Amino acid sequence: MLRFANPARFMRLSAAILPYCAGATAALLAVGVILALFVAPPDYQQGEAVRIMYVHVPAAYMSSLVYAVVALGSAVALIWRHPLADIAAQEAAPLGAGFTLICLVSGSLWGEPMWGTWWVWDARLTSVLVLFFLYLGYIALVHAFDDPTRGAKAGAILALVGVVNLPIIKFSVDWWNTLHQPASIFRLGGPTIAASMLWPLFIMALGFTLFFVTLLLVRMRSRLLAARISALRLAV
Amino acid sequence: MASIDHFLAMGGYAVFVWPAYGVALVVMAGFAIHGVAAYRRRQKELARLEHEAPR
Repeated sequence: MLRFANPARFMRLSAAILPYCAGATAALLAVGVILALFVAPPDYQQGEAVRIMYVHVPAAYMSSLVYAVVALGSAVALIWRHPLADIAAQEAAPLGAGFTLICLVSGSLWGEPMWGTWWVWDARLTSVLVLFFLYLGYIALVHAFDDPTRGAKAGAILALVGVVNLPIIKFSVDWWNTLHQPASIFRLGGPTIAASMLWPLFIMALGFTLFFVTLLLVRMRSRLLAARISALRLAV
Repeated sequence: MASIDHFLAMGGYAVFVWPAYGVALVVMAGFAIHGVAAYRRRQKELARLEHEAPR
């Protein structure tokens, strides 16, 4: 793994796969939105409001997945002091905060007509709000030091401590009484959701994932270019 | 025309469905546009610097 994490090799590899990632992202999101808005059936209880799910669930899944990437990058950076791992974690975090924001807003927009309230302070909603603030705290902490390596280290430690929140989010709907429905896709015994809704959801989730991968590569390449620019400026 | 109106009405949930898709579009397009623009800007800047100080 670390063999591929040398910056020069990363630039070569990422340049090679970036066009495919970008193309696949565009195709999956286009197909996903068409399926979500036109093909998927209205729900027998929720009517057309169920279409919010095709944005909400992929965003929710990404909010946790990206946090896992930030935490993993932070762990690798702390243990092996690999500079690319820090860059990956730092460039992933704003994207994760964005997905969490989409998750919170779309959930609220679904809650008002379906639950009769925009927000409740229950375990699932509160733990996702904590996730959002963990992202913001991590981003702020990384930039809070004059010495960027100290900022990176402090941020990495916060990111690792925050990992305890991930299982809390996942199991909050089982451990506490909540308005939020329990898992219907990643559960023992298989999904309990109709195939006509599962397919659009699956394609949207894949589109969101590839969107993240594509943009993470762009942002990491951008960071490495910036490092080269400042090195050249110092040399001149 | 009636079918477009019917689609946009989202069974009466238009004010909830469209903002949900709207916020996803704004956030994701914002990240994409900003990320690619910064990347292009740095590519140009680096090319200029390498041209000025060839090694």
